[in-house]
Amino acid sequence: MIRVVLPQHLRTLVGVDGAVTLDAQERPTQRTVLDALEASYPVLRGTIRDHGTAERRAFIRFFACGRDITLDPADDPLPEEVASGAEPFRVVGAMAGG
Amino acid sequence: MSGVRLLVGTRKGAFVLTSDGTRDDWNVEGPLFAGWEIYHLNGSPVDQDRLYASQSTGWHGQVVQRSDDGGKTWEPVGNEFAYDGIPGTHQWYDGTQHPWEFARVWHLEPSLTDRDTVFAGVEDAALFRSVDAGRTWQELSGLRDHRTGDQWQPGAGGLCLHTILIHPDDSARMFVAISAAGAFRTDDGGETWRPINRGLRSGELPDEDKEVGHCVHRIAMNPSRPDVLFMQKHWDVMRSDDGGESWHEVSGNLPSDFGFPIAVHAREPDTVYVVPIKSDSEHVPPEGKLRVYRSRTGGNEWEPLTDGLPQSHCYVNVLRDAMAVDGLDPGGVYFGTTGGQIYASPDGGDRWTAIVRDLPAVLSVEAQTLP
Repeated sequence: MIRVVLPQHLRTLVGVDGAVTLDAQERPTQRTVLDALEASYPVLRGTIRDHGTAERRAFIRFFACGRDITLDPADDPLPEEVASGAEPFRVVGAMAGG
Repeated sequence: MSGVRLLVGTRKGAFVLTSDGTRDDWNVEGPLFAGWEIYHLNGSPVDQDRLYASQSTGWHGQVVQRSDDGGKTWEPVGNEFAYDGIPGTHQWYDGTQHPWEFARVWHLEPSLTDRDTVFAGVEDAALFRSVDAGRTWQELSGLRDHRTGDQWQPGAGGLCLHTILIHPDDSARMFVAISAAGAFRTDDGGETWRPINRGLRSGELPDEDKEVGHCVHRIAMNPSRPDVLFMQKHWDVMRSDDGGESWHEVSGNLPSDFGFPIAVHAREPDTVYVVPIKSDSEHVPPEGKLRVYRSRTGGNEWEPLTDGLPQSHCYVNVLRDAMAVDGLDPGGVYFGTTGGQIYASPDGGDRWTAIVRDLPAVLSVEAQTLP
């Protein structure tokens, strides 16, 4: 099981209070987790990554195990703690606007 | 008994305000989609319980919501607005060319005849259509592909398509307006378009007869006389009597002819409403007095409507999509301000009361007349 913590606006959009859970993956990466997330919650398509290009939206960051992994290659494996479900994969709305 | 439902979009969510036909007491529901910018909500004339909402944030982009029960429950529908083909470029603020980039949906206009068809005007300016109640969207790219498209330049609010008018007697004819490209018309259901800006005078343009480049803020019509159009331009209130083929100025005695919204009474086609704003550099009412101006002569002769509106120290703005009329008798007029007030007049503008005073900044107001 993989846990994903969404920012408040996206939790409201998908109708969940806490983390969402996805099926375990053998070698999860940013790309495979986001693919699975969007497959489970199609309403999230376009809200984290742009339609078509699948590029991360400008004000979105990704964290795991207390580390900002936003700029890590999308196909790099995520930490074992995320793969095991011990730690969540966090989607964070960047602070902007003062 | 008949009633009215107001659909209000704000900087921080949507609100639905309902009243019976007296329009004395209002029930206020909201905020819906709290924290999101709601540029526009609109209802289908075919099925008044079918509503659409444009929901967006800078963080998460565009979402479109649909309700089939008059706003009690909502469901996210399609949010992919992909330009047709290779988008190309338009003119940027500095005159260089800039790629077309989708930013948000400014305006949703449901079909007058088909429950599942709805149009979306977006930034960067383009017109999209959905024929499956918002699940999927296709661009009517004949508009953006017009030979002038690479000359279109954004206004201060962006290169936005904000006005969509469907001709009630000829569904193949539609009018749209883009800041700051101008007004356009199709006579073949959206396949091809042409600018309809003859007679507009924009001081910023060296060429007085320029085909595009006019900052049209809003166009309105009365459905009983759909080829008579009224326009609030950046400066100037304009009128066309021939479906946009030509325009003439009807600003008359207005204290300022700058403004954003314009509306036409639902049953009196010569009764027109505007909200004069001081200037393009000071988006506030002249003299700190919030006044709606009404013409009962189709323009030129305007009277200030002040009863119930603040007449001192008022420095709010009224945005282009934030004024609406209902179809009751006597006709109601409504507008929302950037200060969060929704004002209502159940008697055509003679007297005004604030339904609510402290909403987030109001972006849009639509009025549905309920049976």
